[in-house]
Amino acid sequence: MSKNLKALTNGILKENPVFVLLLGMCPTLGTTSSAINGFGMGIATAFVLVCSNLGISLLKNFIPDKVRIPAFIVIIASFVTVVEMLMQAYTPPLYESLGLFIPLIVVNCILLARAESFASKNSPFVSALDGLGMGAGFTLALTILGSVREFLGTGKIFDFTIYPENYGLLTFVLAPGAFIVLGFLIVTVNRLKTAKN
Amino acid sequence: MEKLTSSLKNMLLSLALISTVVAGLLAFVYVLTKEPIEQAAKQKQENAIREVTPDFNNNPAEEQFEIEISNGDKLAVFPARQDGKPVGIAVETNTQKGFSGEIKIMVGFDMNGMIKNYSVLKHAETPGLGSKMQEWFSDESKPNQNVINRKWNASMKVKKDGGEIDAITAATISSRAFMDALNRAYEVYLKVKETNSETAE
Amino acid sequence: MNKLIISPSPHVHGKFSTKRLMRDVVIALLPALLVSFYFFGLGAVKVVGLSVISCVAFEYLIQRFLLKTAPSTNDLSAVVTGLILSLNLPSNLPWWIVIIGSLIAIGVGKMVFGGLGNNPFNPALVGRVFLLIARPVEMTTWPLPLTLVTPDATTGATPLAIVKEGLKNGLTIDQIKESSDYTFSYLDTLFGQIGGSLGEVSAVALLLGFAYLLVRKVITWHIPVSIFATVIVFSGILHFASPDRFIDPVFHLLTGGMILGAVYMATDYVTSPMTPKGMAVYGVGIGLLTILIRTFGSYPEGMSFAILFMNAIVPLINKYMKPKLFGEVK
Repeated sequence: MSKNLKALTNGILKENPVFVLLLGMCPTLGTTSSAINGFGMGIATAFVLVCSNLGISLLKNFIPDKVRIPAFIVIIASFVTVVEMLMQAYTPPLYESLGLFIPLIVVNCILLARAESFASKNSPFVSALDGLGMGAGFTLALTILGSVREFLGTGKIFDFTIYPENYGLLTFVLAPGAFIVLGFLIVTVNRLKTAKN
Repeated sequence: MEKLTSSLKNMLLSLALISTVVAGLLAFVYVLTKEPIEQAAKQKQENAIREVTPDFNNNPAEEQFEIEISNGDKLAVFPARQDGKPVGIAVETNTQKGFSGEIKIMVGFDMNGMIKNYSVLKHAETPGLGSKMQEWFSDESKPNQNVINRKWNASMKVKKDGGEIDAITAATISSRAFMDALNRAYEVYLKVKETNSETAE
Repeated sequence: MNKLIISPSPHVHGKFSTKRLMRDVVIALLPALLVSFYFFGLGAVKVVGLSVISCVAFEYLIQRFLLKTAPSTNDLSAVVTGLILSLNLPSNLPWWIVIIGSLIAIGVGKMVFGGLGNNPFNPALVGRVFLLIARPVEMTTWPLPLTLVTPDATTGATPLAIVKEGLKNGLTIDQIKESSDYTFSYLDTLFGQIGGSLGEVSAVALLLGFAYLLVRKVITWHIPVSIFATVIVFSGILHFASPDRFIDPVFHLLTGGMILGAVYMATDYVTSPMTPKGMAVYGVGIGLLTILIRTFGSYPEGMSFAILFMNAIVPLINKYMKPKLFGEVK
């Protein structure tokens, strides 16, 4: 049980994919211009993570070592395509604002990293939990980043106005703001972690 | 179960099987989502038209036709009818004069040729400057910059070009491009009106 | 960390302290400040005062309470950052934007990297570019200088912006010069009768400060001169090739903070190369990029971006153009 719990909580703070492992920087910086975009991207990635971890763990004995990378990629890519089609059908506005970043989930390092270092060595159930935890950590990080950027840039969080938009600093909605905010968030997380030890 | 060894036969078999299963999964989801995706795209276009024209109950997308304007470009027109009676048209207009790249706007006219509303479909203008065109030109509390329900005449240009419209602060180029797109749409409106009155007589 | 320090030997103790250097920079900036006070009135005084005070305050507060080190505010470097930042701002900028600019300049531009001496980018420019992207409207509507002809404060575009817009509109350079917007002569740009941020309006005042800095040996001539030379040559070639589409080099030299940037911002010790050869490469890079951005980019002015970009390359330049070690045998 404790092993399962550990697999689940590991990704949320201790090995948070964004703040600690620094994986998947492309969608992290590219899609977090608002809280809802960050959240949507996080959920989509989490879904693919759980499915691909589960699938790869189930098939791990069936995949010969020498072709494991192509096999993993095929599995991951197909789940990404599934997510893309589902989003296009049922959440068209989100699909449009995330645009190219949805198919690009394929090249997100977290997926291959978890497949290679976790799912191919552990049982399906624990692998799915690991995917869920990592996905939750990724979603959490992207939502926080998106909220801070949306707040500083437009005065809103999840479209809820906190101060008038006229006082927003546009830089934070654009790419440079993503780097600045991410940097400060990583500092904060590191600070919290060292304080705890 | 033992892990499969990396023999040629095993590798081929494994990859082929995975690909087949995955292809099946994708085909299933494709069939499942085909209808909703088409529906969503249609809905989006209809919403864009509905946003800019008077109330209608026909299907403008099905009655869509194209009009050629003076410089040879063709723009799409969506006629809106209430119980078969025309109430206005939506024109999907564009311009290449933007600060960075093409601007696409859906402009709706009522039967008197007044702009009912407009909706910027696509643009790549500078955020915070040119990107404000959706709100800027439809602010009814600021008559000097509002284009909604404004009488069309030669003054439908930005002030710098001798018109009456206030350009977006610090974004004259984008404002000018916006006005260009509107004027192209208006040209289409006039042509449609002309053909309509000819057929009516 | 010690491995990263490159410094030519022998080391002789000089009378140059940070404080003295910074004081000289402040003195050199005085003519430009006075000109801006004269042309823009109280607004300019407010922007300069606010920017300097908030830069010093942020430096003190961050060092004292966040980094928990001894505040080094009396080395005057924050004062210089504040002054240069304010010279890059329009005089009618709302007060809170000035304060945010100072916070970004000191906080993100300097303290994040460990304070004076460790920052890869010029802090004042970091603040300015941040504001330019964050508040494009306020940062690009410039008050025109108060003159006898137009006693009321009016706003207008800078010469560079006017030219850029005209070109975009399909006019040739000659047509732009005849249009009603183009109301200034080169004499105006020399003395300050043009729209722009505080410090970019008077070329003469800035050159006066340049001379002072040279006499006091605070900076060497290499960086500014190589920037000016590159700008003249590159924009000269463009202008010669197609006079309708590219404006002449004199115009480029006298507008858009070219002199302010070349003399006061590109020469910042911490963020510029150490050897004359490196300085020349750095200056040529800034000159080329500035003209490229101005003529082909989407912003009318390119000086700040060019300097920041070359700042990023400085460590590389220092690596490949190390000063020869004293006594080294090749």
